[in-house]
Amino acid sequence: MAIRVNLITGRTIQQGVSMEAGKEKPAYTAACGIIELDPTDFRKLGAFRGTNVRVTSDYGSVVVKAVEATQGPHPGIAFIPMGPWANMVVNPNTYSTGMPTFKGTPVTVEVARNEPVLNSLELVRKGCRGELAS
Amino acid sequence: MSRTVTDVICPFCGTLCDDIEVVVSDDGRKLHEVYNACAIGAEKFLHSQAKDRITRPRMRQDDGSWKEITYDEAIDYTARILVNAKKPLMYGWSSTNCEAQAIGSEIGEVVGAVVDNTATVCHGTSLIAVQDIGIPSCTLGEVKNRADRILFWGCNPAHAHPRHMSRYSIFPRGFFTGKGHTARKVIVVDPRPTDTANVADIHLQVEQGRDYELFDAFRVAFKGEQLPDFVAGIPKEKIYEAAEMLKSGRFVIIFFGMGVTQSLGKNHNIDAAIAVTRDLNEYTKAAIMPMRGHYNVTGSGQVWGWLFGFPYAVDLSRGFARYNPGETTANDLLRRDEVDAVLVIASDPGAHFPFSSVRKIYELPSVAIDPHETPTTEVCKVHVPVAFVGVEVGGCAYRMDNVPIETRKVVEPPDGMMTDEEFLRRVLERIKELQGV
Repeated sequence: MAIRVNLITGRTIQQGVSMEAGKEKPAYTAACGIIELDPTDFRKLGAFRGTNVRVTSDYGSVVVKAVEATQGPHPGIAFIPMGPWANMVVNPNTYSTGMPTFKGTPVTVEVARNEPVLNSLELVRKGCRGELAS
Repeated sequence: MSRTVTDVICPFCGTLCDDIEVVVSDDGRKLHEVYNACAIGAEKFLHSQAKDRITRPRMRQDDGSWKEITYDEAIDYTARILVNAKKPLMYGWSSTNCEAQAIGSEIGEVVGAVVDNTATVCHGTSLIAVQDIGIPSCTLGEVKNRADRILFWGCNPAHAHPRHMSRYSIFPRGFFTGKGHTARKVIVVDPRPTDTANVADIHLQVEQGRDYELFDAFRVAFKGEQLPDFVAGIPKEKIYEAAEMLKSGRFVIIFFGMGVTQSLGKNHNIDAAIAVTRDLNEYTKAAIMPMRGHYNVTGSGQVWGWLFGFPYAVDLSRGFARYNPGETTANDLLRRDEVDAVLVIASDPGAHFPFSSVRKIYELPSVAIDPHETPTTEVCKVHVPVAFVGVEVGGCAYRMDNVPIETRKVVEPPDGMMTDEEFLRRVLERIKELQGV
């Protein structure tokens, strides 16, 4: 089962702390390699909290862990903290402003139980070398 | 034994807290504890002491492994890629001091580079709007001492600027705001009920991407004109109530963040926000301020403002400064293959640029100057670790309200480690040698 949601990105305090502690560390993956979904969207998706999901947009695809919204409710909106996971799928078009469209990317979320969430360095490295599964 | 250094400046966010206390060893070589800082700021100070910190430059080998190189080799590599490139991109600048930014600007002029800072993915659109219609702003001191109506639009300081609310905006008792938060009214506009919205009197859960409409609705409501039943998902009664709350204040401050700068509409959203501020001044005193992210992104805009007349996205490749967001901005240049070398300093585009731009950095000759190991260092050919500005070296930084504050050195960097400023100065010398000038 796949659901369509509107993806936004942004800071969280966990993102900030783990970023300063080292982006190569597991804490950074735990803080940012996630997607926050509203309980109603979880019900539509038919998945347990903590399940790995694949998030796909017109611009890319990434595997993250689905968690319940920490600052909700916000049905229909999904949140991935700013970082390389979110940036795999955000809309990079700047529409002549210089600013990529980091907020408001339509994405599909589907369960991907057996696919791992990569750490930040691995994700970027594999992405650059074209070694990511899609 | 240890000693406490007081009045230390926190080099994390644009709030630039200046009341941090740091406990260091007597010889000033070890940093033990950090007081008063938020969780992120404390982590930044403590991470300088990490055992696994990289202390020497390294170069990527063909097999993908790293090889340690000397600073001299790193300086030579950096100078050469900049000199050999037709149009190099020098990106970042926001987590270093103004002194390093000034030298970087000189390098940019000498090699004909495009210099861009993190505003390009942060408040760049705000800067465009400011140039469109100006900005009635103030300092954070005025906010603390005078503001009794606080509007947070598309920003979440509880997470991104953790001490902003307690030091300046909601809770402090100032000269004319002696009752602290009890005499202030707080409005939050955000598509999520954020932790900041939890402390607000009114939360307007705007439909994502509909900020422009809601700004305009406020302007209509100020004038007492008719609104449709719902605007951007908000019932009109709530908009009238919020507008009245703002008009009835003695001093209104609007803080805005990525919710408006990065959503569709971009600079036009900020145009509308500034117009709301201007309209409010018909009824009371109002000011507006962007919630700047990196602690010295404002300073980088200031330095280029003095030197080139533009705050970001400055193209020096033709021998004079040009500025055209959408053309001379880092992401557009990378995605359109318009640059042929990349120098990244004091920022992490590897983590914070859309991946299509990151891949381009990977394909180009590239240097990352950063104390941390990051996704950017992972895709660059050379990684140059440097001392932490604000922890291991001082220098000037600008707070989000454009107030310059001198950051302090509290602890020694690891032996033999260069600062941003020293490294760039040596690169500039080497470039002049290579160019024979």
